[in-house]
Amino acid sequence: MGAGHSHKLYRHGHSPVHALPPHCKLAAVFCFVLAVVATPREAMWAFGLYALLLAGVAALARLSPGFLLRRLLIEVPFVAFAVLMPFVAEGERITVLGLSLSESGLWSAWNILAKGTLGVAASVLLAATTELRSVLLGLQRLRMPPLLVQIASFMIRYGDVIADEMRRMRIARESRGFTARGPAQWGVLAKSAGALFIRSYERGERVHLAMVSRGYAGAMPVIDEATATRAQWSYAAALPATALAVCLLGWTLV
Amino acid sequence: MHVPDGFIDAPVSVATGAVAAAAVAVSLRGARRELDERTAPLAGLVAAFIFAVQMLNFPVAAGTSGHLLGGALAAILVGPYTGVLCVSVVLIMQAVLFADGGLTALGVNITNMAVVTVVVAYLLFRGLLRVLPKGRTSLTAASFVAALISVPAAALAFTGMYALGGTADVAIGKVAVAMGGVHVLIGIGEAAITAATVSAVAAVRPDLVHGAKGLVKPLEIRTADGVTEVLPASASAPAATPRKPRRLLIAGVLVSLVLAGGVSFYASSNPDGLEKVAGDKGMDKNEKDHAAKDSPLADYSTKDVGDERLSGGLAGVIGVAATLAVGSGVFVVVRRRKGAAEAASVPQEPVAAGRD
Repeated sequence: MGAGHSHKLYRHGHSPVHALPPHCKLAAVFCFVLAVVATPREAMWAFGLYALLLAGVAALARLSPGFLLRRLLIEVPFVAFAVLMPFVAEGERITVLGLSLSESGLWSAWNILAKGTLGVAASVLLAATTELRSVLLGLQRLRMPPLLVQIASFMIRYGDVIADEMRRMRIARESRGFTARGPAQWGVLAKSAGALFIRSYERGERVHLAMVSRGYAGAMPVIDEATATRAQWSYAAALPATALAVCLLGWTLV
Repeated sequence: MHVPDGFIDAPVSVATGAVAAAAVAVSLRGARRELDERTAPLAGLVAAFIFAVQMLNFPVAAGTSGHLLGGALAAILVGPYTGVLCVSVVLIMQAVLFADGGLTALGVNITNMAVVTVVVAYLLFRGLLRVLPKGRTSLTAASFVAALISVPAAALAFTGMYALGGTADVAIGKVAVAMGGVHVLIGIGEAAITAATVSAVAAVRPDLVHGAKGLVKPLEIRTADGVTEVLPASASAPAATPRKPRRLLIAGVLVSLVLAGGVSFYASSNPDGLEKVAGDKGMDKNEKDHAAKDSPLADYSTKDVGDERLSGGLAGVIGVAATLAVGSGVFVVVRRRKGAAEAASVPQEPVAAGRD
């Protein structure tokens, strides 16, 4: 896809991180998150090291900290949950600033916050340095079933089309004086959702016919095969390898 | 309800990942049967639809609004296999691209929000359609109930996973009540919207509603000389395939038993970090147990079984068996009523009633 099709999640750039093949990056991010999750929560310093690692990657990819922080806002809902934790958890209570908090609850809150934030940050870095389509190519290289990759690529390709369809219906509703205030208006909104489904499904049938007329027989040709050299693999492996070392250190030192 | 990284510990994440992968593999095969070679474009577009409809806000009151989760809707509109597939793809893309839901929690998220919601919704929907009289009203009612139950069912499934591998030290009863309570409320909204949407689609294009395949009237051809010929309803309508699901069912039961028994066997072999700390510091001497501690499954280990690991595994197996017993009890009752009704109305067809 040419210009104008790149997603707002993606930050165009020419850094070494952008240049890595997508499947290397996907594998690296996944192993990194796995190492983070497997780290004992008592090893607080380990999470600091992980954060430094990610900051290093972000600097290498020349992403601005403001952009990263803004994208991290997606985790706000579960931050709220984590904050609740010390109040509801069982176990020894301690008093902090006049509030009776559960010690294990504090540990859980810390655990969720630290690991969740690191996971979100890693995914944000991946999405910001990898184009949508190459993410799919990378998934295909990592042996995700081809049919699943095709479904995902159709979803990505037509996601904006369907969202635009929905936007047009909203404008049509509003230009006829509709405002949704409460459950009384659910009927109209549900009819819109129904219409959206019919339009999506019919578009799917049209797309299929168009594909068949161009020789589609169940599999998409792979035009740009993503390949990775040994050097690129080892370059990408630097992140999870360091994380694994930190994780092992965490287990031995606690 | 997207579970972030670090909420469920690594062994359970890996186990649910395996469950999710198996479910997706089964759905890939099933979806080919539902959609043949149109699978990729149609399932892709339906996934895009679910993705879009999750952004459609339904105002509740005073500034708050909810949105559709879409599992039940997908199951009813496009069938269970395609439904699982579409919701899974949406979840994978949300995790990889939007950082919504952790990468390691992908298995947990897919199992809960794609597999449990779709399977529960579809089974309920089918069961209800069998007992209810044929017609658009029952279609709507069945969608309502299916969506209503599917959301708390997913919440309960999450609670189960949390019991096996939760990293937070909150009593399981509290989690179950909180998750269940909130999701019963969410389920009511989901049910109303799903039912309205299904009935809107069924009003315009009933042929597109997978769950309404049996409701489409057969085509009648009346020629000029007054001869009426009734064509059988669309040949591709999914006739009930009794053998395949049974094999699938047995495999599913075996897998869940092995997982529940085996995984909790190993999961409990090394105590959770906090328990270890508590044990080291002698903190757990004055630990208070929760109200259900006298229940035979308290703390997820069976009473009077000495070996701790064996006992944990046994508790898992008993849990699955109990769930199954309740579930199949409902199913058998439904089947029997339907069988009795059929035997009463169509006495010359004893095969249908004698199958169970």
